[in-house]
Amino acid sequence: MSETGTRQIELMEAPPHVSEFRRFFRVFLSRRIVLFGMIIIILFFITAAFAEFLAPYDPYEPDLYNALLQPSSKHLLGTDAIGRDTLSRIIFGTRNSLMVGVIALGIAVIIGMTFGLLAGYFGGWVHSLIMRFMDALMAFPMIALALIIAALLGGGLKNVMIALGIALVPGYARLMCGQVLTIKENDYILAARAGGARNIRIMLSHILPNSLPPLIVLITMMMGMTMLAEAGLSFLGIGIEAPAASWGGMVNDGYKYLMTSPILSCAPGVALMLVVFSFNMVGDGLRDALDPRLRGVL
Amino acid sequence: MTTYIIRRLIQAIFVILIVTVMLFLVMRLLPGDPILMLVTETEFETMRQEQIDHLKHEFGLDRSLFVQYFDWISGVLRGDLGLSIVHRSSVAKELVRRVPITLHIGLLAFIISIIIGIPIGIVCAVRRGRWLDTILTVFANIGITVPIFWLGVMMIYLFALKLDWFPVFGYTSPFEDFWLSTSRLILPVFCLAVTPIASAARQTRSSMLEVMQQDYIRTAWSKGLRERTVIARHALKNGLIPVVTLKGLSLSMIIGGSVLIESVFSIPGMGRLAVEAIFSQDYPTIQGVVLLMAIIVVLSNLLIDLSYCYLDPRIRYS
Repeated sequence: MSETGTRQIELMEAPPHVSEFRRFFRVFLSRRIVLFGMIIIILFFITAAFAEFLAPYDPYEPDLYNALLQPSSKHLLGTDAIGRDTLSRIIFGTRNSLMVGVIALGIAVIIGMTFGLLAGYFGGWVHSLIMRFMDALMAFPMIALALIIAALLGGGLKNVMIALGIALVPGYARLMCGQVLTIKENDYILAARAGGARNIRIMLSHILPNSLPPLIVLITMMMGMTMLAEAGLSFLGIGIEAPAASWGGMVNDGYKYLMTSPILSCAPGVALMLVVFSFNMVGDGLRDALDPRLRGVL
Repeated sequence: MTTYIIRRLIQAIFVILIVTVMLFLVMRLLPGDPILMLVTETEFETMRQEQIDHLKHEFGLDRSLFVQYFDWISGVLRGDLGLSIVHRSSVAKELVRRVPITLHIGLLAFIISIIIGIPIGIVCAVRRGRWLDTILTVFANIGITVPIFWLGVMMIYLFALKLDWFPVFGYTSPFEDFWLSTSRLILPVFCLAVTPIASAARQTRSSMLEVMQQDYIRTAWSKGLRERTVIARHALKNGLIPVVTLKGLSLSMIIGGSVLIESVFSIPGMGRLAVEAIFSQDYPTIQGVVLLMAIIVVLSNLLIDLSYCYLDPRIRYS
């Protein structure tokens, strides 16, 4: 009780009081580029959800009479070598990109946070063991790790998600571990322990919620990176398999017709860039908005 | 400082050790049969059980994993990475032929990313909020976003097919024909360097901005030092520390990126070898390439950590 009391007094004494929530939004949306990114991301989610309704044509249906058409009012971005509408394939491609991004990140966040939490909380040999293991995992370039997994399990959507998920684990483990190391020195952790809380309770209800802000920033930033990596693998032909529409695979398909129909390679790349750029900008915006050092300044 | 160096060395060796164990276990445990490290899949399917058992015995695959690991690692230490099951030739020899090509391109991209990226970041920080900063920052943000394989394809379209400025595809050793080699390398090196340039510029900008707010910078200004001295002598040295960390990561990015860029430009380097090996299910080759990539990354990170000793006196004297 007394703790809330002092807190209220402090807040009353602090000059004009700004709600945390409103401050967050004001900082977050203060830069136009962040707002732009946010709009693109919302559009991206909507496109992925309603691809069937938005795509003008079936993205899988070949139409050899209309192969390699240049952009026109009927086919806004032209057609590919077997007559599939490029725009429709880009629209359906949002699904694969989004799914790989979300699931691979989900795997990475859950495993990485768990290991990071354990390593940071228990310290000692647990810390050394886990973190050296993460260092070793980090030594593999993301694509090399994905190549190995593709070699063993084969390509395809599911294995790409597993591969990228594993490749992203060390980043989260490291960040989480660093977070935990600083948070566990706080008095409220000591208080919780004095109150008889068990390790698991301290970890889950005291440390975890306090370590989330930087993780959210990293997740947003890595969303773009993951989508780029998936596109790279699909470009090499070991990611999402044809005929499924993936932006990276489409760049590769168009490569053969570069001289006559450069738009086939160009368009999916532009779509990918736009989305990745938006995730990065929103990540930047989130970082500024969640930065405690900027509290009160803005 | 010596303790720090020794500790870092031991750590690096330990990490490489874990890397080899991980790679060994993954290659042995995951696929259907480790015999696939010796013969192709079609051969495996046509073999009789006695033949398989005979082969397994011959190559020691019937012994314990522990013994097998030591067999393999002692081979690796002697430079024996096994035989490619497709070409029936030594994986190590193939790597010796291909790695210099990847290193040539990768190191050029790395050096360029430092020479261009860091000054851009400094300029942005010094001219914060002006039009130059705005333009360069937008470019840097696009640079960390661009899919490099797509950039490569677009560059080929523009500079090779449309404008016919550069020859594309393939690689020429600089010792054979320096100018041809360089003109062939411009596009791939640029593609590999774009992301590291952009990320170096971003990191330099933000850490310089942070350093410029420190008290000792205000002291330097108030002593009446010129802008150049304040920035070059006082701000830069501290501002560059986070950038050095980032450059370690970008090396790993360049090595990974070479897989994509070598495929786009048909450069017969290490990355291209890895992709070819995946498609022919040449497991020993994949294992060799990935092991080498990981070792290059660990060693370069070691070098970068050691360069802290020079940059950060707090490490030197602790």
